[in-house]
Amino acid sequence: MNQQAILNVENFSKQFLLHEQGKVIPSSSHVNLEVYSGSLTALVGPTGSGKSSVLKGIYRTYLPSSGSIHYTTSAGEVINLVDATEHQILELRRGEIGFVTQFLHCLPRQTTEDIVAQPLIQKGINPTKAIDAAQTMLAAMKIPERLWGISPATFSGGEKQRVNLARGLIAKPRLLLLDEPTASLDAATTDTVVGLIEALKQEGTAILAIFHHIELVERMADRVVALEPPVMTDSISEKIA
Amino acid sequence: MHKVLEVSGLSKRYGEGCPSCFEKTGPEFDTNICPDCGSVVAAHNLSFDLYQGEILGIMGESGSGKSTAVKCLFFDQEPTGGSATFYDQDQAYPLFSLNKAQQRRLSNHRFGMVYQNPHLGLNFDISAGGNIAERLLMSGVDHYGDIRQRAIDLLSRTEVLTQRIDELPKNFSGGMQQRVQIAKALATNPPLLFLDEVTTGLDLSVQAAILDLILEIQHQEKTSMIVVTHDLGVIRLLADRTLVMKYGRVIESGLTDQILEDPQHAYTQRLVASAL
Repeated sequence: MNQQAILNVENFSKQFLLHEQGKVIPSSSHVNLEVYSGSLTALVGPTGSGKSSVLKGIYRTYLPSSGSIHYTTSAGEVINLVDATEHQILELRRGEIGFVTQFLHCLPRQTTEDIVAQPLIQKGINPTKAIDAAQTMLAAMKIPERLWGISPATFSGGEKQRVNLARGLIAKPRLLLLDEPTASLDAATTDTVVGLIEALKQEGTAILAIFHHIELVERMADRVVALEPPVMTDSISEKIA
Repeated sequence: MHKVLEVSGLSKRYGEGCPSCFEKTGPEFDTNICPDCGSVVAAHNLSFDLYQGEILGIMGESGSGKSTAVKCLFFDQEPTGGSATFYDQDQAYPLFSLNKAQQRRLSNHRFGMVYQNPHLGLNFDISAGGNIAERLLMSGVDHYGDIRQRAIDLLSRTEVLTQRIDELPKNFSGGMQQRVQIAKALATNPPLLFLDEVTTGLDLSVQAAILDLILEIQHQEKTSMIVVTHDLGVIRLLADRTLVMKYGRVIESGLTDQILEDPQHAYTQRLVASAL
């Protein structure tokens, strides 16, 4: 591929400074990766190698400790997400960067179709149209129609995960971060989800993903980046001097 | 998205004051009382901005200065220092250098305030409808029928039974009083709303309904809000960005999910770790 990466992570590290315990816990260290439009980069590595921390660092749920994260916006502007303003990040979250984790976090007391429609409504799409699109998406995710009008609070793990994916995919983000989105799905449902993610990729979305199953990496990834557990000084952590 | 409010260096001190007030108070000293002169530094050097349709959370324990901040902005209290600019309809208003009449005009027309204690926000000697009418009258609406209709619309919007429009607020439950307060604050469609511990002390189900109402208002009217609370749940639910205060200082600020998942300051880490 001779195109430019839309996301370029260089020398990214994340440590947690825990004041109460007086410890520094390293999470990710010296991560380098690139993500391209219409292409999927998979992050692999053992538990504790800081895969999720990279995604959260890109999304600003975590503050990166060092390194740079250059993102090229739809307007062609290159922003270093490490020092972008909070309003810039909020704007990108609304319009360009999506994040789907293993767990569904949503406002309580909302119906499933409202939750899925929300990213479209935030983008300014008319609510009736957004609900229509949400219903199409829920049908594609094989969520039974009788569940659309109720809150996902009582749904099974697999159903919640698909609602989460539906919400993450519906607005067709330019950059999609996926953290084990298929962890609790059975084989048939996983195939459905893989199909939807593939379709989004075909439309040009750049994807950075962590998969629970290694066969999904083989099946879907265009690039693979392997992370090593961070270098530990002494035993598990470093005492603050 | 345009900027609605810009606050810079806002400070509020109670007492005589001396040169060391600001140097010898704050989280590092574990106090907001000046050891030399005994003045209380309620807030010092607060700077933040707020955009249209955005909800900013101010979180901290009681006495951290979070209410002082919004009370200064709503002109309930006079700040000791700093500046604040309110941007509205192509005009910029330097809040703390306006005269009293100009300040009253803004707080009556363009700002709304909902207090934790309904006695501060409502006049308990007049009816629920009368409270709303009072605010509309102050903002220049003087047709009886229009006022009555607007009061009915607002009360039904905030789910207060409109048959009770002529009752005194003291006959209402705490949650109902809070709804009347919100209806009153919304009467003039203000672009900026201050919410000071509005759900504190209410039943959980009532809290939920009030929080849903606040989100609905934000959604439909694109109202900018500053939400002051000690409740992490309220912050998580409502705020896009959050400031954490302690002993009158902002010790940390950031996107709400970052503050909750990757808090930087020792105090915030302890606070987040103690959440139920």
